[in-house]
Amino acid sequence: MIHTHIHDAIVVGAGLAGSRAALALAGRCNVAVISKVFPTRSHSSTAQGGVAASINSNLSKGEDSWQQHLFDTVKGGDYLGDQDAQEYMCREAPTTVYELEHLGVPFSRTADGRISQRPFGGHSRPRVCHAADRTGHVMLHTLWEQTLKHGVTYYSEMEITDLIVEEEGGRKICKGVVGYNLWDSSLHVFHARTVLLATGGAGRLYKFTSNAYENTADGLGMVWRAGLPLMDPEYTQFHPTGLYPIGILITEGVRGEGGILLNGQGEAFMGKYAPEFKDLAPRDLTSRAIYTEIQEGRGVNGQDYVHLKIDHIGREKILEKLPEMYKFAKTYVGVDITKDPFPVKPTMHYIMGGIPTDFATSRVLADGNGATVQGLYASGECACESVHGGNRLGANSLIDTVCFGKKCGLHMLEAMADDHGHRDLVGDPTAALVAKMERYKKGPTDAAPVTPADLRLRMQLNMDAKVGVYRTGEGLTEGRAAHHAVRADFARVKISDTSTAFNLELKDAFELENLLDFGEAVLAGAIYREESRGAHSRVDFPERDDQRFLHHTLVTRDPDGGAPRLSKKPVTITRYQPAARKY
Amino acid sequence: MAMNVTLRIFRFDPDKDQKPHTQDYTVELETFNTILDAITKVRFTQDGSLSFRRACSHAICGSCAMTVNHESRLACQTLVKDCHPEKPILIEPLRSYPVVRDLIVDMDRFYEKIGRIQPWFESELPAPYEERLQSEPDQEQIDEAASCILCGSCISSCPSFWADDDYLGPAVLLKAYRFIADTRDTCGAARLARVSDRDGLWRCHNIANCMEACPKDIKLTHWINRLKKMAVVAKM
Repeated sequence: MIHTHIHDAIVVGAGLAGSRAALALAGRCNVAVISKVFPTRSHSSTAQGGVAASINSNLSKGEDSWQQHLFDTVKGGDYLGDQDAQEYMCREAPTTVYELEHLGVPFSRTADGRISQRPFGGHSRPRVCHAADRTGHVMLHTLWEQTLKHGVTYYSEMEITDLIVEEEGGRKICKGVVGYNLWDSSLHVFHARTVLLATGGAGRLYKFTSNAYENTADGLGMVWRAGLPLMDPEYTQFHPTGLYPIGILITEGVRGEGGILLNGQGEAFMGKYAPEFKDLAPRDLTSRAIYTEIQEGRGVNGQDYVHLKIDHIGREKILEKLPEMYKFAKTYVGVDITKDPFPVKPTMHYIMGGIPTDFATSRVLADGNGATVQGLYASGECACESVHGGNRLGANSLIDTVCFGKKCGLHMLEAMADDHGHRDLVGDPTAALVAKMERYKKGPTDAAPVTPADLRLRMQLNMDAKVGVYRTGEGLTEGRAAHHAVRADFARVKISDTSTAFNLELKDAFELENLLDFGEAVLAGAIYREESRGAHSRVDFPERDDQRFLHHTLVTRDPDGGAPRLSKKPVTITRYQPAARKY
Repeated sequence: MAMNVTLRIFRFDPDKDQKPHTQDYTVELETFNTILDAITKVRFTQDGSLSFRRACSHAICGSCAMTVNHESRLACQTLVKDCHPEKPILIEPLRSYPVVRDLIVDMDRFYEKIGRIQPWFESELPAPYEERLQSEPDQEQIDEAASCILCGSCISSCPSFWADDDYLGPAVLLKAYRFIADTRDTCGAARLARVSDRDGLWRCHNIANCMEACPKDIKLTHWINRLKKMAVVAKM
């Protein structure tokens, strides 16, 4: 039996972008949020350090402005961001943060009762508004609570597997999504006038990552299989301070509060790489610095990690400003950070690229020529506006989710004002889903079966080794061959679990397909981009090359199974022409 | 340093089992591995049919609360080496909730109770253009309560809840406190009235198991007592 649900607007993903969009839609149309986890379990809850906005509550480095925030963001992204979208975000940031406060977010406060702000990497002013070191957590809970107040419908623990995109009169139209309920494996069709993808990132493409188990490129995979382009997928961000040896995140707020990176010889090395910003350099540069120290034999005890020292700011300040970090270090590695440093190494953290959207309408792009998909929107980490360009600054992701989540919600309402209602579905949208479920359960008839877990590990180790902080053409080409081998073996996947209730192995298989699809795009983009810009650092092409590569990469699946198709999209440059990037 | 550890895991598949049973698995683990790492390793390398909830793996999403050696714990925050690994480690679903499958429980009743206390910020005062001001000491009154991750461990450990499952339970009362004590919120009185009855505040008998169970070290009993005082002062 197939369950069909009809809503005006469907939001896939209940993190900050999805929740903020749902709040904009609530009460104005029939909106439902679908999430594969209970809403407050979404990965936004793990965001620690804060949300960037020039609200001027901390004037220790002089007055701030949205223009200054914009310049820092443009430069931080190594001039690959679209400046119209970046300007929108930085202009809207202060009112967006005030709005969050009005909705009840319990921000930390200054002595005079304003929202407290701290310094962060790559930001020339201390503009990061925060609630201790659990900013994402309290923002997510607040937005979820507000959606309850406004009666938003939720479908929790529902796995969405594909978009329903059909062509009408030469135009692509999204009419909904399909998936299955994790509780009982029942099939569900969501028929909608507008769909927002807010499915988050793809950290689980790698083994060493700060990301949740659930960050499996779901929206990215759906878009890829629908034959729509992905933009700048080669831009994966490595956060400099993953807790060694497990990879979970140690917030940039540690350095914001005065933390210092030390190599194995006890030397504060960031001054060599960023004479002015030192430990508050942007993430791409800091991760490369740590890698260089390790490669040149200056890791701690000859191992592949360095130290992050914070004890010098005093126990009281640590417990007040960084309570979660104190507990993390104690729990996971037995280190008391009021006395000893954290062991850290760069960890896969974020994707700057993703599903490209049209700035004027927030719709997802259908191709590189400006055509859009009617009814389909994307926001948050899975989307690419592009506000982060080649490298995201810390605390810009939270402001991105709420600014663009709201913008999408408002654009969806606008579009529904004159879209003439739901479009009829042609054919059975669950056919592909049912076929895949059968195939995963049955396994191959003529070859040895493999488990999703084994394939996933092979994929992750390959990405860790070949598509990391530093990349080479040769390594990437080898990485692509290995990735193709895993994809080929995916045809032999078989799950052993036969239950209909919370069959995690079945979910593994669907998630693995998303990761493999997105990985294909990452590799294609990384091989194509023969330059070093932002977080994409090619040892064989160490310089930024504006002549050849001052454009976005669009990567689209080849419908016949051949190599992905690559095309260019110009970067929107308004105020700031590309210049040398020094910190 | 690697160690071999036996995990004794509660299993139940509603599709085929009449009643639950336990199953033993032995896995090789490192000293920094958590219970979540351990059961993930079982799932990935030995038995793909083992099912449990998990997401962030660092104690902030609240998905993986379960019972480890008879105590409510977050699997991702509990190191195997601290669980007497020389003996089989008993891993069961969170108590006091209906089991759906293996280590997964049905938490709908908990979520429904949260919905009863008007769990959202509300102010009848017009908002200024900028932020509302709040002093640091006032913010500190709600800071700890706002760090609750809704994992449900406190409720599973609460004897008052065991005796009366209509009781709202510690996390729900804490959520109410978070808004009632927020100096910016103007609907505290209505909320206090909602929780001040025999299935609410007055079902708490200061047993304090909830504080012991809380993986975020929240002083639940303390904040619930604060609410009781407020209710007495307001003559509710």
